[in-house]
Amino acid sequence: MKEKPWKPWLLLSPSLTAVFLLLVIPVCFVVVYSFWLRAPSGMDIPAFQFGNYAKFFADSFYPVILLNTIRVALETVIICLIMGYIPAYFFYRTESRLKPYLMILVMLPFWISFIIRTLSWINILGDSGLINHLLLKSGLISSPIPMLYNEGAVIMGLIQYLLPFMILNIYVSLDGIDKSLTEAAKSLGCTEWQAFREITLPLSLPGVSAGCLLVFVLTCGTYLPPMILGGPGNEMIANLIFKRIIGTLDWPFGSAISTILLLLLVLIVYTYNRYMGINQIFKSLSKG
Amino acid sequence: MGKDLKNRLDDVYQNYLEGNISRRDFVKFAGIAGAALGLAGGPFGLVSRAFAGKNSITCHSWGGTTSEALRKFAFDPFTKATGIEVIDAAFTGMDDFLTQVKASFPPGGEFNIAHLSAVYDYARYTDLGFGVVLDESKIPNMKNVMTKMTDTLRGITNGTLSAVPYDLGQTGIAYNTNEISKADAEKLGASLLYEKSLKGKLGSWGGDFRTNMWYAALHTGQSPNNITDINAVWKVLTEQRSLMKKYWASGSELMSLLANGEIFATVAWSGRVAALQDQGHPIGYLSPNGTYSWMEYMYVLKGTDLDVAQQLLNFMLEPDAAIAVAQGQKYPPALDPTKVAMPDDVKKLPAFDPTGKLDGYLFADVEYWNSHQLEWAEKWDRIIAGA
Repeated sequence: MKEKPWKPWLLLSPSLTAVFLLLVIPVCFVVVYSFWLRAPSGMDIPAFQFGNYAKFFADSFYPVILLNTIRVALETVIICLIMGYIPAYFFYRTESRLKPYLMILVMLPFWISFIIRTLSWINILGDSGLINHLLLKSGLISSPIPMLYNEGAVIMGLIQYLLPFMILNIYVSLDGIDKSLTEAAKSLGCTEWQAFREITLPLSLPGVSAGCLLVFVLTCGTYLPPMILGGPGNEMIANLIFKRIIGTLDWPFGSAISTILLLLLVLIVYTYNRYMGINQIFKSLSKG
Repeated sequence: MGKDLKNRLDDVYQNYLEGNISRRDFVKFAGIAGAALGLAGGPFGLVSRAFAGKNSITCHSWGGTTSEALRKFAFDPFTKATGIEVIDAAFTGMDDFLTQVKASFPPGGEFNIAHLSAVYDYARYTDLGFGVVLDESKIPNMKNVMTKMTDTLRGITNGTLSAVPYDLGQTGIAYNTNEISKADAEKLGASLLYEKSLKGKLGSWGGDFRTNMWYAALHTGQSPNNITDINAVWKVLTEQRSLMKKYWASGSELMSLLANGEIFATVAWSGRVAALQDQGHPIGYLSPNGTYSWMEYMYVLKGTDLDVAQQLLNFMLEPDAAIAVAQGQKYPPALDPTKVAMPDDVKKLPAFDPTGKLDGYLFADVEYWNSHQLEWAEKWDRIIAGA
């Protein structure tokens, strides 16, 4: 029987319509706005000019914040990778009947509001928070240790948000590796470490890179952790976009910053897709 | 919805007739209005309308204790008396709300009355064309409002009013009385916010360049409404940054930082300080010479049913309602204490003026601050980012 070529498109049409209306069109609006001008009253003036982009690169302020954002994103990626690989590997190896429940533990943070999770760190890390309270009470310290409102706190807030994405991506990749490969390697004289290094680790790299990409992209666009847990100087590019659009009603310039961030992320995703293949991320997400 | 759409099209048509917009733009706006009717007025708008009912008006305010006080002492009694439902909505901040209103322009329907703060926002909303002209004969309780407050608003809208003043407050200095003595605080005044011995224990409102520049001006011996040495202001703000623990973003964050002892001194809204004091926290309030005073008002947005709005505003200005709301939200009412007797707890609120003249109160010069808004807001962003 002849396949009807339009059938997949028909099935996809509700999703495609939603993506087009709720993502593509708004992004187009943002790009168009980035060429407009802001009137002193706060109204926008339609125009086609590159002044907003020129303003972004006019001095080092905005590029430095963009670079800081990338640096924080890279630090978050590295820590998430180290912290995420170990539990993912454990899930892969374990034969425990508790494995499904342990997997649920990884997903558990998604059931609680991101804002609540971020705010809760204030009660843990603050000067009068749980840790300082216990340390002061036990006499180990005489004055509170400043753990909040700095870059460390921001990165920790990002990790608690993004770690599950990393774990799931790596686990999906590991889960696809035939365990008999490592057994065969060991039977040929490899140590446990050599078998991991020569077989498991290389085969899990697609999941590692997918997790890294996802964590990196999400970190670059994040807004809440720097605002709630950060101190002076810990702003990221999303906070600046918020300030330009909400604080000064400068939608055109805010749109230009958003477009620059978007182009940067598209470039990174394009590069990733060229060398690694984007479908690894979809596999992980569908598994999660 | 049909009425709203008609108002919008009338406005656009009027502008077209006056030559303010081209024929092409007129056709474009008419098309957009049609699309808006299809999208917002259809599947989404009808749902909210169904809930709201026909006889209703929306009032956006600050949420929390403020909205609670308004609902309990003004909105619910109004609904009971008139049958008109007041939809109580909360915004997260002035700038956020202005963005929402701007995004819904031309307005009509979803945004009716907003409990706005500071006169420069009255000017901003007016400049953006979001205002109306109230018929004051339909708000007889306006006679009890402090004249200086109404005159200030009239000065911006050519003698008319698009809002009624409702309460007033100050952004003063809050300090932890366990760590800073009253004598020291009063001796330092505005300079308390720049005290080097408080390094790592100071806070400020990160979202507002005006408040920070205001106190920097006082600290450097300048008039906040006429800063002659702007570089001195930027210099002390840059130096102050290294003393800061946190630039807070909301009233609840301010209260949390003070209550938990994270910071010992910060600029603070007088009502929030009063709330902390009520809760028993060791927080003092300092209002040095030139303290930043502001008024809050109920701004009626374009597209609102004026008859209903005026009816509600008059009800809200009834002394019983206005005083009860003031007691709830901890800000003195806009009513003149020489015309309306105030209870003792209202008289004790920060920023209360028994004379009703507000002579010693320094408000922001609207034209001065709004004319520098974009430039100074961006400079302030650079300072807190450490650039």
